[in-house]
Amino acid sequence: MVKNDVNFKLGGEAGQGVESSGMGFARAIARAGLHIFGVQDYMSRIRGGHNWYQVRVSERTLYAHEPKIQLLIAFDERTIEDHLHEIVEGGAIIYDESFKGVDEEAIKMRGVIPMPMPLIKIAEEVGGNKLMMNTAAVAAACGILEFDLSYPESVIRDNFGRRKGSEIAERNIRVAEAAFEEARRRYAHLFDWKLEPIPNAPKRMVINGNQALGFGALAAGCKFVASYPMTPASSLFEFMCAQSKRFGIITRQSEDEMSGILQCIGAAHAGVRAFACTSGGGFSLMAESLSLAGSTETPVVVVLAQRPGPATGLPTRTGQEDMLFALHAGHGEFPRAALAPGTIEQCFYEMARAFNIAEKYQMPVIVFTDNFLANSIRSIDLDAFDFRKVASEIDRGKLILPHENEKIEQALLDGYRRYEFVEDGISLRIPPGHPKAVYSVAGEEHLPEGFIDWEETIENRNRMVQKRMRKLEIAAQNDMRLPESYGHEDAEVTLVCWGSAYGPVREAVDTLNHNGLRANMLHFVDLHPLNWDQVADVLNNCRSWVTVESNFTGQLARWIRMNTGLKAHATIGKYDGRPLNPTYIVEHLQEVLAKV
Amino acid sequence: MATATVTMKELQSPVEPTWCPGCGDYGILNAVKRAMVQLGLRPHEVFFVSGIGCGSKLPDYIRANGFNSLHGRPVPIAQGFRLAHHDMVVIVVDGDGDNYGIGGNHWLHIMRRNINITHIVQNNMVYGLTKGQYAPTSMKGYVSTTSPEGTIEWPVNPIAIALAAGATFIARGFSGDPKHLADLIVKGIQHKGYALIDVFQPCVIFNRINTYDWFRERIYKLEEDPNYDPHDKAMAWEKAHEWGDRIPIGIFYINEELPTLEEQIPALAEKPLYQQEIPPRVEDLEALKMAFV
Ligand SMILES: Cc1ncc(C[n+]2csc(CCOP(=O)(O)OP(=O)(O)O)c2C)c(N)n1
Ligand code: SF4
Ligand SMILES: [Mg+2]
Repeated sequence: MVKNDVNFKLGGEAGQGVESSGMGFARAIARAGLHIFGVQDYMSRIRGGHNWYQVRVSERTLYAHEPKIQLLIAFDERTIEDHLHEIVEGGAIIYDESFKGVDEEAIKMRGVIPMPMPLIKIAEEVGGNKLMMNTAAVAAACGILEFDLSYPESVIRDNFGRRKGSEIAERNIRVAEAAFEEARRRYAHLFDWKLEPIPNAPKRMVINGNQALGFGALAAGCKFVASYPMTPASSLFEFMCAQSKRFGIITRQSEDEMSGILQCIGAAHAGVRAFACTSGGGFSLMAESLSLAGSTETPVVVVLAQRPGPATGLPTRTGQEDMLFALHAGHGEFPRAALAPGTIEQCFYEMARAFNIAEKYQMPVIVFTDNFLANSIRSIDLDAFDFRKVASEIDRGKLILPHENEKIEQALLDGYRRYEFVEDGISLRIPPGHPKAVYSVAGEEHLPEGFIDWEETIENRNRMVQKRMRKLEIAAQNDMRLPESYGHEDAEVTLVCWGSAYGPVREAVDTLNHNGLRANMLHFVDLHPLNWDQVADVLNNCRSWVTVESNFTGQLARWIRMNTGLKAHATIGKYDGRPLNPTYIVEHLQEVLAKV
Repeated sequence: MATATVTMKELQSPVEPTWCPGCGDYGILNAVKRAMVQLGLRPHEVFFVSGIGCGSKLPDYIRANGFNSLHGRPVPIAQGFRLAHHDMVVIVVDGDGDNYGIGGNHWLHIMRRNINITHIVQNNMVYGLTKGQYAPTSMKGYVSTTSPEGTIEWPVNPIAIALAAGATFIARGFSGDPKHLADLIVKGIQHKGYALIDVFQPCVIFNRINTYDWFRERIYKLEEDPNYDPHDKAMAWEKAHEWGDRIPIGIFYINEELPTLEEQIPALAEKPLYQQEIPPRVEDLEALKMAFV
């Protein structure tokens, strides 16, 4: 028997409740004190097609999903066709006994156990609604896993109880109980994997990257969000909209992405923390405005939730293809910072930090995520989000708000110049509204007072460019962080990655070390600006280093080479739109090492 | 809105305008200043957001807060600013290219939001700053460097579009009559909601057709017609299409019934967003966490 270590997948058509069932099941398991990692895969359509949701369960913290599964829960026949090959020997498939096309012999040939169940029948007879088949299927899975049904029941009550009246909740629960008993009686003795609650485990959240970013923005005091919906950023925008009333923030759906970032620039110019979120297509539209934020030294945060391109690409899938684009997007040269959180915890803290960096250095900050990080769920301890810490670290830099009269009286010894030349390049920022700080700013090259530089003198131009770019040096010195390593200290091979690759690479490193190859990971959160001399030192100390990223061209490898002159010994890329996973990385590392 | 005593001199910027002598933008600048004086608006109480073009240089030429932004993009900046600081008088000044061309979509949408912003469009029916190409408002047949045979497009009708899009204050002024224009700007600022003031602004260098004389021969004031009621949308629609020998200026349409965008946002009920304490209370954030357990 294998206890508390299982990987299962639910699959079906869009509209069958694959995602909600998977999420609910994962939440129930987390309530039992176990750790989960969940990843979804869906097509860009509202009905039909094929969607799946995969959940991995363990007693330890999980960072990634794995391709091999022990249990498949099929809401339709296609799920069996598509995923049979992923099931390990001894694994099982739960499906409805009315599915005519299921080839039980073929399933058995692979050493997999077919477990047909009267799911639809139970849903209709006990629940009075065929749609409750998904509840029956999840409960049947609990039956063969011998997982205490009270956990899923509590989730069902929470999900339906308040919203649609407890009548529906109770009917679902009766369906669950019937399916659970039937499955346990018929099949539990055939299935090796079991789930057992951990007594007295701490309460945990089940949360995805977008929600964690939202928490970070709230905790950092963001008060304004304007965005245009685009997968996979939409659910972050929706999270902020849902919280707007409770937290007194303004959320506006803009007419396009230009308007989204420009409204944020307007709000930030008024002294409010603001962000816009989008994916690559929307970010392309924002490019000119990003340059305006750079020129006017306006602190605005943009979340770039990547998906594969070019153009509409694979709208519901994942990739890390926009790093070099976003690091260079916008015309002219101007300072910006870019952060790429890799875990749920990092999403929370880096989002909050993005606002601090933006305001301290009065420049735009880009936060990279991607569909994989945005939508994968993990169980994390409640204290993993430390709001007091974030609050204590809020740093608005050289900002004085126009109603802070005393501070203004003290600061304005000699009139106010918005773009005063100062050693660190960071001028005092007083948003409009105070009689002693009346000024006009311009995206056009301007004088320290803010006026357009009519004379276009060489001296002013040079000093303004130097002032703006100086902020990057100061930020790199004082605020930006070097990549962090994980794994063997004396590694033969270092896997270098950024953003969402963290989880899969970390688990790959564990596997490699377990298999006897000394490996470690070097993970970049901060991409720009950086102290590249120090990065070069770190890389020069690596025996061999290989970048791992979800793109074709090896963008991190190129970025490192551009800044340090150092060339990766190899690159592992994945551009099929599906997330990286540890097995993929380990296999491909073998290949590339053979060539190095 | 404050009613201090403000003089034209106080509104004098240290920067000298670079507009061509005789340019209609001088009349607009003059009218804007007069409006501020009439309303007793002090420099720190007003925020001008402009696009890119000749007329968009205006914020530098008046002592007030300003933001000279990108071609076609002042409207969303003004919207974001206004929501963050809603006791500021926010005025957008931009060109016909800015607003009826490249930034047209922002304009279309701000009109249906009824945010309290006054929008002055410098309509010279040409692209001034880029030296004379035809504009979205150029008349059919207008000859320019990019329409050497005369344009074969029909011009945008700003008044009709604004009516259709739901603007609650729609006016047209003439920079050759700054007193009348100032009056329109005053009313636009006083209006609760979005106010469009399209301004005939002769470009004396590039537009040799729509000159001061051309306008003077044609324009008449709507308010001089005792039968005209700007609350009547059907009348406004008719007047919006009057073009040719007689061209109306003045207030075409006004609707004081609708709530503003700001009024409908609960977060703005007590004080402006920028004055609100951050971060939120830890207890509220902790409570939200529990929704994810
Ligand atoms: C994105 C972009 N496209 C083009 C330009 C070039 N450009 C600057 S002003 C302008 C047109 C100006 O015309 P209008 O808005 O009518 O203002 P005017 O100069 O007539 O007052 C153009 C095309 C630009 N600055 N930015
Ligand atoms: S080019 Fe035309 S619009 Fe521009 S400043 Fe000269 S007269 Fe005015
Ligand atoms: Mg023009």
